[in-house]
Amino acid sequence: MDKSKLSLELYKKVYLIRKSEETIIKYYMDDDMKTPVHLSVGEEAIAAGVCHATGKDDQIYGTYRNHGIYLARTGETDNFFGELYGKKTGMAKGKAGSMHMFCPECNFLGTSAIVATCIPLGLGGAFAKKYKKEKGLSFVFFGDGALEEGAFWESLNFACLHKLPIIFVCEDNGLAIHSHIKDRQSFKSITDIVSKFGCNVFKEKSTDPEVIHNLTLEAIKKQKENGKPCFMHLKYYRYLEHVGINQDFKFGYRSEDEFKKWLKVDPVNLQRKKLLKIGFSEKEIKKVETEIDKQIDKSVELAEKAPFPDCEEVLTDVYS
Amino acid sequence: MRKITFQEALNEAMIQEMERDKNIFVYGLDVTDHKRIFGSCKNILEKFGKDRCFITPLSEDAMTGMGLGAAINGLRPIHIHQRVDFLVLAMNQLTNMVSIHRYMSGGKVKVPLVIRAIVGRGWGQSSQHSKSMHSIFAHIPGLKVVLPTTPSDAKGLLISAIRDDNPVIFLEHRWLYFTEGEVPEEPTPIPLEEPNILQSGDDITIVATSWMNVEALKAAEVLAKRGVSIEVVDPRTIAPLNDKLIIDSVNKTGHCIVADNDWIHCGFGAELAARISEKCFNDLKSPVNRIGFAQAPCPTTRPLENEFYPNAVNIIREIEKKLELETTDLSREEFYSWEKRFKGPF
Ligand SMILES: Cc1ncc(C[n+]2csc(CCOP(=O)(O)OP(=O)(O)O)c2C)c(N)n1
Ligand SMILES: [Mg+2]
Repeated sequence: MDKSKLSLELYKKVYLIRKSEETIIKYYMDDDMKTPVHLSVGEEAIAAGVCHATGKDDQIYGTYRNHGIYLARTGETDNFFGELYGKKTGMAKGKAGSMHMFCPECNFLGTSAIVATCIPLGLGGAFAKKYKKEKGLSFVFFGDGALEEGAFWESLNFACLHKLPIIFVCEDNGLAIHSHIKDRQSFKSITDIVSKFGCNVFKEKSTDPEVIHNLTLEAIKKQKENGKPCFMHLKYYRYLEHVGINQDFKFGYRSEDEFKKWLKVDPVNLQRKKLLKIGFSEKEIKKVETEIDKQIDKSVELAEKAPFPDCEEVLTDVYS
Repeated sequence: MRKITFQEALNEAMIQEMERDKNIFVYGLDVTDHKRIFGSCKNILEKFGKDRCFITPLSEDAMTGMGLGAAINGLRPIHIHQRVDFLVLAMNQLTNMVSIHRYMSGGKVKVPLVIRAIVGRGWGQSSQHSKSMHSIFAHIPGLKVVLPTTPSDAKGLLISAIRDDNPVIFLEHRWLYFTEGEVPEEPTPIPLEEPNILQSGDDITIVATSWMNVEALKAAEVLAKRGVSIEVVDPRTIAPLNDKLIIDSVNKTGHCIVADNDWIHCGFGAELAARISEKCFNDLKSPVNRIGFAQAPCPTTRPLENEFYPNAVNIIREIEKKLELETTDLSREEFYSWEKRFKGPF
């Protein structure tokens, strides 16, 4: 892809994510979105960078902090907001909500609110690809907290043993709710350990979506070359409280100074500045932004107007 | 019809289904070793190769989630555990992922996953190799729970479980592996969700699960000599539970004992007793009674183990009490001692 086109596409993705979540924040206190939200603000470069490198045969699995990857993968907001509003138009008719976003049409095949619990599913997706000799990779997203769960290590071991087509994406914000990684993990370098399983490892601290995108392409290439799974360790900073729409620096468990440092390299601003630098005009960028704003506004309006699912729905879809 | 054992019936079901559908694969600890899960996995590796029959690391949790991931991607996994007790390590996947996935997708995905697990008993299996826990699985919406009793059920129900688009927990009692019975050679599915009347009778209904059906039939045989006519109903699938045949039976007899191969407290018997009291209230001549494991971990030593497990004698005594019969002399009756066949270790 032409370089400037890639920059623009990535900008659209990070902007869509940021703007969608700002919209959630804007309307959340109306109390119509009755679903706990774990926002991706600060994480957009990873969601956009990795997902933009995926093809239609690739699959995505994630956690409750899934808005970023959902939007980056699907690009759609009607079902997304429908789901947040608990309406019939949500992709799961309101049964799932924020923590369980799902879109089989886009190979976005599961997210889970139990830490590390979706990793084995992604493993199964990768297994199915190998079994059926189908193209594509399974991308499994999880936080640094998941590294402490057995399911992660069990899955890593199996994936490496069977050389499954899987990319583990660890989104490390250094926090599990309010507890710091140094108070939880005995090891210093997860990539060192993971590499010993016979896994290709990659790490990055950048908030530049292009850097993450290129790293993901590198990982995909490496996986194709040697058939081994990949593990990507990607750092980012969580701007807001663990769950909810507010900042939480006043509670003192982390410093606002640190936030300010990360804010200087905010992924959305960074990418926007880059567009200006490589020759896009302010007007051109504004146009793109306005289109996305309109898409989101329309989706919210649709979601607000949409009916709730029929009461009978409580008992449908339990079994096939 | 030709007769085969329960173990052979399971084996035949899997082989015939795997021949039919190449998306079926079998995995779990020890499925390819020389013992082949007590014979039930015989020849599968040889016939279908290691891509379709393979052992796993000791990772019950992740391997269950792996099965779910494979199932939503068009495969039909059969995951096998030598004991139900090991399946407990997968409880997170079962209750938080496998059971909910279809619902959380708004009905967009199917989960054709079979989990076979064996209920151990005897020769010192003790507290961690003897659990059934079917009521715990049955408590979770989205899971189906099947307990085959006869060799014909083993084959027919396993075929249906494999063809079902839902997650099915299939619990096989170790002692039933030796039983023999008529089983059709052709792959003949027996619908899930259909109880089976193992024996018809008019005086009292015994609803029994898994091995307890063997005990109930023995009790019925002994009491038949005294003119007591006992109906033995095997629900076979306890979740979702189709209780129609059971309710009809109790409405007919007016008496019911639930003989469950599990602990009584908060168990399947409690569920049935509640349903029967709702649906048979006017026809009930006595309260529903429950027979099951002693409310303790399963002990190892033989005398205590004997106390722990209910048997045909317990059922006979309970029936006598209910029907106000005199105590039968059982001194000349021969009761099952499957330990003549099951000398352990596993
Ligand atoms: C098994 C489990 N234990 C505890 C929780 C409660 N919990 C929810 S999110 C979370 C922190 C997870 O941290 P991390 O994996 O780093 O993800 P992040 O929220 O930072 O994206 C915890 C402990 C849970 N959901 N699941
Ligand atoms: Mg974290």
